[in-house]
This record gives sequence, structure tokens and C-alpha cells, in this order.
Amino acid sequence: MDIRLDGITHSYDSFEVLRDISLDIPSGQIVCIVGPSGCGKSTLLRFIGGLERPSVGRVLQLGEPPEGCLNPLTYIFQDFALLPWRSVEGNISLVLEDHGIRGTGAREIIDSVLTRTKLSDFAKALPKQLSGGMKQRVAIARALAVNPAVMLMDEPLSALDSQTRELLMDDLVDLWTRQPFTAVYVTHNLAEAVRLGHRVVVLSRRPGQIREVVDIERPLAERGFGDADLDAAQQHLWTLMREEARAADAELINV
Amino acid sequence: MSDPTLGKAVTFKGGGFAPRPRRWVGFVVFVSLILIAEWGTRAGWISALTLPRPSDVLDTFRQLYDSGLLAKHLGPSLSRLLVGAAIGASVGISVGVLIGLFSYIRSGLVPLVAAIFPIPKIALLPLFVIWFGIGEGSKYALIAFGTFTPTVVATYGAVDNVDRTLIRMGQSFGLSWWSIVRKIVLPGAMPGILSGLRISLAIAIILLVAAEMLGAEFGIGAYILEAGSLYDLERLFAGVAILSILGVVMSALIGLIERRMLNWRT
Repeated sequence: MDIRLDGITHSYDSFEVLRDISLDIPSGQIVCIVGPSGCGKSTLLRFIGGLERPSVGRVLQLGEPPEGCLNPLTYIFQDFALLPWRSVEGNISLVLEDHGIRGTGAREIIDSVLTRTKLSDFAKALPKQLSGGMKQRVAIARALAVNPAVMLMDEPLSALDSQTRELLMDDLVDLWTRQPFTAVYVTHNLAEAVRLGHRVVVLSRRPGQIREVVDIERPLAERGFGDADLDAAQQHLWTLMREEARAADAELINV
Repeated sequence: MSDPTLGKAVTFKGGGFAPRPRRWVGFVVFVSLILIAEWGTRAGWISALTLPRPSDVLDTFRQLYDSGLLAKHLGPSLSRLLVGAAIGASVGISVGVLIGLFSYIRSGLVPLVAAIFPIPKIALLPLFVIWFGIGEGSKYALIAFGTFTPTVVATYGAVDNVDRTLIRMGQSFGLSWWSIVRKIVLPGAMPGILSGLRISLAIAIILLVAAEMLGAEFGIGAYILEAGSLYDLERLFAGVAILSILGVVMSALIGLIERRMLNWRT
């Protein structure tokens, strides 16, 4: 299933946040959206996820979601959004219960996603017992449990320290390599974008417009530290963004 | 160059602002107050009219227990408290959740609750007697009405404080409205609801005495009022002590529920 954004413009009151965004998200690829703070990238993600409606334009699903997909468009939140009163497996079963999956059916799915995210030993733990990185892995496991067609990731690693972030990036690459998934990945971190994105979309400052779409050809599994082409891509992205980021920074002071 | 003997220890400025439970202190305060009263009344610097002797109060209490009157008074009181508070708290929690979830109900009922809250419910007692009769009905109604308002206010405040990202999460995973309320809003509001219940139940005990002012033959409140009108301080204090114990037991029960249900809190 592909996603197409068709001429999306959005304003809050008279305040234009996004202008004429058209973009294709092909299935099996990770599309990263980068941009300075306040450029509307998270808003764009909420449009794709159906949590908010754009003033103009449409978000289209092209084709049917794959079989066995319980929730085609599934979010991963920056602050994990785990229910603190449910254990790890309880948090995952939460999203299955409404689809009538209980008992052994649920058990199988929970076991499989916990294995894929290396969390099998922590099924009974409460979120308060887990580190930030573990919590985000639980959130990823929960998203995998509904077998999404597209994962919508809103700065999923921004609340984590840089070492945990590296580990989780490796985990995401592993997950993708074993079973390619489609994802829209919003971030302000260019290193994450060049590491995980097949395609990086650069937004300008408010009102957000597409500045450039950069394709990164190297397969995810072969990307690593200090790859010349990745560094060049990151350098290129930063040149695109530098002025925008500076202007956005100055703009906030004037608000 | 740097001689450690010349160094001055850095002044400690941290610490404090973190009260911890000290188990026996509360008990010691109780016991020493009672002992001082006992000593004063025995030594004579507290006259018998000012304060009854604690040992006499205990004696009265024992008589009350031995004669079987304690059970006779406590039974009806407890059932009034239980029925009244259960009605008030459950209606209060339901209305509070509705106020927390729906704009129209919120705009319609919040001013109404604000208008009802400061009314001393005791003042409405005659009205309740006309509405619900002189029997148990008016007593249940008074206690229920008194617990209702604080529960509503605590509940809708608690619902307002439920983390919105958790609700967005539920929506993004396609949970039904009812599932979101049951599995996300209610458990998330539970800490606030329980601390509201602490206050509501204390108010229920206060109103119990008021409810038993009218046409109650038995009940702790009736017992206290009778003792009061006869200026029988020993019995008055025995009755008041029962109410205090009731309050402590209620608070301990809620503490137990909190520890059980809210062990997920950090």
C-alpha cells in the first residue's frame, strides 16, 4: 500500500503552517521528513495518520493494505505513549483486544513481536521499570503487533540519549532488513535521516514547503559510521537546512 | 600548593522537602495527648467539666460494648454510611467522567456543581425529610448528596489530567471510544479519583451525625447528640472517638486500595 499526499496546505486560524505539499510514499521504503523546528513536520504526520485534517488537499491510500493488517497506519510516538498501569505484554494486548484477538491468538502475536524486538524477558515488567530505550522498543513491538502497512514515526528517538539512539537505529535497520516495512520518519536529526531514510524530504521553515527530496541509494544494512557518501548527503542536507534553521530560530524569538 | 588541612568543607545546602513515613510517630502523638489529659484530670488542673477523664471514657466505651449497645448503634450508622457514600461516590464518579468528556455536559453542569458545593447539606435536611421521608431515605440522600459534589470535582479534574498523548495513541490504534474510556481514561484518572474519595468519605462521616439528628433512635450520631444534650461528656467523647476511628479506618482502606491499584506510579 502506497501513500500519496496531494496538495496539502494547512493553516491554524490565519497562520499558515504547511503549503502545497505533494509527496509519494512508496511501500517498503522509509521516507524521512526533516526540517527546522516549527515547520509543520509533525502536523504532516498527523494528517497521514488521520489524527488531524488538512485545510486543503488530501491524503490518499493507494491500493489495499496487506492481508492480516489490523491497523494500516500506525504511530510510534516520541514519548512512547505506553500505559503505565499495564505491563509490557498488557500494552501490546491493548491494541489487539479491540480486534477481538485474545487468548492464544494474542499470545502468539505478543511472543513473536517481543522476540523480534528482543524483549521476551521483560513481558511482565511495568513501564516504570524500563529505561527509555526499552520503552521505545515496547512501543515498536506494539506497533508491529497490528501488522501495519505504514509506520508513522514522530521523532521516535529524540527522547533518548545518543548511545541508546545508536542502538535503536541498529535495531530498526535489523527489523527492516529482515522484513521491509513502510515508514514515514519525522526527525530533526540529520544523522538519523541519512542512516534510516531511503528518501529524505527537506521542508522549509514555516509555512513548510518541500525544499528538496534527496534519495540515498546505499542499502540500509550497509550504512555505517563515516561512510563518505552518507557524510556528503548529511552535509548537503545541512547546507539546505542551515539558513532555514537559523531563520526559524530567530522567528521564534519574535513570536 | 594545595594543603588539604587548609581546605574548608563545602557547606551542605541540600536535603529536606521529602517527607518520609515514620511509623510510630503518629501513634506516639495520640498516646501522649491522652496521657496528658489523663494526668491533668487526675491531678486536678483540668476540671471534670472541661474534659472527661480518658480512663472514664474508655470505661464508658467498655460498658457500651458489654451491653451490646455498641453494635446496635454502629450497625445502622455503618449501613447509612455505606449506602449513602456508595450512591454519592458512584453517581459522582459517573457525572465527573461525563463532565470530563463532553463539552455540553461540562458547560451545563460545572456551574451547577459549583452552586451546589458550598451549600451546607445539613441546611437541606428538612427538605430531604419532605422528599424522602423521615426514615432511612432522607439519611441516605443527605450523605449521598454530601459526597457527590466533592467526588464530581475531583473526578473531572482527574479526567482532565489524563495524559492526552495516551488518548491520541488509543485513537491512532483504532480503539473504540468505549475502550479508550475504559482502558485509558478511567485508569489514568484513578489516582485523582481516589484522593477525592478520601475527602468525600470524611465528609460522609461528618454528615452521618447530621443525618441522625432527625428521627434516628440508634446510630453513633444519635448517641452523640443524646449524650451532648445531657451534657454527658464521657459518652460524648466515647462517640466522637468511634467517629475518629471510623475515619482512620476509612483512610487506611483507601491507602490499601491505592497501594494495590496504583503500584504502577513512579
